Amino acid sequence: MKQKLLAAPYLVWMAVFVIVPLIMVAYFAFFDSDGNFTLQYVADVAQYSNIFVRSVWLAALATVICLVLSYPLAYILAKMDTKVQSTMLMIVILPMWMNFLLRTYAWMTLLGNEGIINTLLGYIGLGPFKMLNTQGAVVLGMVYDYIPYMILPLYTVMTKIDKSVLEAANDLGCNSFKTLIKVVLPLSLPGIMSGITMVFVPAISTFIISRMLGGGSNLLIGDLIEMQFLGNSYNPNLGASISLVLMVIILLIMTLMNQFDVDDDRVLM
Amino acid sequence: MEHIVSLKDIVVNFDGEQILNHINLDIKDKEFVTLLGPSGCGKTTTLRIIGGFLEPDSGVITFEGKKINGLPAYKRNVNTVFQRYALFPHLNVYENIAFGLHVKKLPEREIRKRVGEMLDLVNLRGYEKRNISRLSGGQQQRVAIARALVNRPKVLLLDEPLGALDLKLRKEMQIELKRIQQSLEITFIYVTHDQEEALTMSDTVVVMNQGNIQQIGTPVDIYNEPENAFVADFIGESNIIPGIMLKDCLVEISGREFVCVDKGFGNNTPVDVVIRPEDITLVPTEDAKLSGVVTSVTFKGVHYEMVVEAYDYQWLIQSTRSAELGSAVGISFGPDDIHIMHKMKG
Ligand SMILES: Nc1ncnc2c1ncn2[C@@H]1O[C@H](COP(=O)(O)OP(=O)(O)O)[C@@H](O)[C@H]1O
Ligand SMILES: [Mg+2]
Repeated sequence: MKQKLLAAPYLVWMAVFVIVPLIMVAYFAFFDSDGNFTLQYVADVAQYSNIFVRSVWLAALATVICLVLSYPLAYILAKMDTKVQSTMLMIVILPMWMNFLLRTYAWMTLLGNEGIINTLLGYIGLGPFKMLNTQGAVVLGMVYDYIPYMILPLYTVMTKIDKSVLEAANDLGCNSFKTLIKVVLPLSLPGIMSGITMVFVPAISTFIISRMLGGGSNLLIGDLIEMQFLGNSYNPNLGASISLVLMVIILLIMTLMNQFDVDDDRVLM
Repeated sequence: MEHIVSLKDIVVNFDGEQILNHINLDIKDKEFVTLLGPSGCGKTTTLRIIGGFLEPDSGVITFEGKKINGLPAYKRNVNTVFQRYALFPHLNVYENIAFGLHVKKLPEREIRKRVGEMLDLVNLRGYEKRNISRLSGGQQQRVAIARALVNRPKVLLLDEPLGALDLKLRKEMQIELKRIQQSLEITFIYVTHDQEEALTMSDTVVVMNQGNIQQIGTPVDIYNEPENAFVADFIGESNIIPGIMLKDCLVEISGREFVCVDKGFGNNTPVDVVIRPEDITLVPTEDAKLSGVVTSVTFKGVHYEMVVEAYDYQWLIQSTRSAELGSAVGISFGPDDIHIMHKMKG
């Protein structure tokens, strides 16, 4: 009884800020301005499939890059002296304290045609290269902004791996590389899964990064949705439909991922 | 006789503190050797040097006569049963045991055969698919032993492998381990702080204290002929009384002279006299040189344990017959029961 009472504020919070908005989104997606049920808006989403494909592709690419960069870093970090570890971790987290917009702006001034990198390259007779307003710049922005969310879960799961288990692998004939493949990798799977989730979900729905670093030509789903609410092409019903489809896509991908996770949990537990 | 493992003058320091102080140890092939000593005395450190997990600051370690300093653990023909088992949580019983063989890329049929043999050896048939977390402590223990032995190492290192088990299971596993060691004919280097365990299982016991080897010998030697008061005290209960060696075969305890069998301590040398509680008999006061008052009597199942206070010293005495609390008794022991040791330093 007491437990239920304690949970009450959270239940109310959930209802007001999660359930109700979700119902509203669904309502806008399936009912027109006269209150008639329609599948038109959802069907209209299909014409933007190229933007969906691009968003999934760029977000997936950024997630993979984050994983490839973070994994060795987290591994090395977890192996370090405990005192050094906290300092290093601090350095990793430090950029997160800076405003997200500011960090993304910084890349604009670095990558622009008259930006710092091209200016420096000009001194040695190279360039200018078109870097800003490319898909590469968008992916770079995503990786830069979201990589701490990959490093942290990986690092956490790796510090939890018992050192004596690694020594056991060593004892049974594994050198460091084989130990990494046969023991560290399977034991860090839960960290990999949550890292992927924490990078992929914000990356696929971002609109700031694509707007600032991708120019007008690399629209993502996030930009598309924003345009339906704030842009010239004002159409909240379509915007709600796109949001709904995006949610379903994320849900599908996460379920797929969790399938792996559950499988490995069985082995892990 | 060829030694399979030799430690020569091994020194290890951690944070400027000397953990192993010039350790010299030769281990014979097919022997059950136990490193025995109180917690923190350097047993695990010694084992880690043999296993290849720690490089000594100085000294030489040889394996079958060849120096193996610097050889990484995965290249040594030695396997370890770790203190808390260190089983792979992501693998089941079969996969844990097969791990080393998979790493060596043995044919699958050979692996299945050898893992099967191990499962029989440690009585875990039928548990192949079981998750590690769903095993009892004793079962995990046996998986750890099988996982190491399946590689057919020349030497098996065991770090307090029975420490986490309850008394009954521990006794059973002691017999089991001894049986395995004898049937496979491999060298066991076994670490424990339990003196009874060491005496029951070992061919040779190495008693350690504070990074030094105190005595190496058979269990009977260690028990009957402790080389110093530390060993005497650590191996079983002992009365350690200050005495003076008047001359060969004559010692003074609490102002009285006793004939003993020890020689070579010089004349009028202060020594420690060790007498086992079970070697003392209680006699009427008029029949003994020493007498005192019984201050406690405890029934221990097979025998009684009594404390007799005599001349400012509390004598521990074990006997199948009890004495009355508060009564005056004589303390009697023969020349053979007196063990003379050099005074402990410090
Ligand atoms: N990695 C280490 N760093 C610093 N001190 C250590 C380390 N490992 C062990 N020691 C110290 O070395 C001493 C011996 O440890 P150990 O060999 O584990 O003892 P035992 O196994 O006999 O209990 C202890 O005082 C312990 O604190
Ligand atoms: Mg230890």
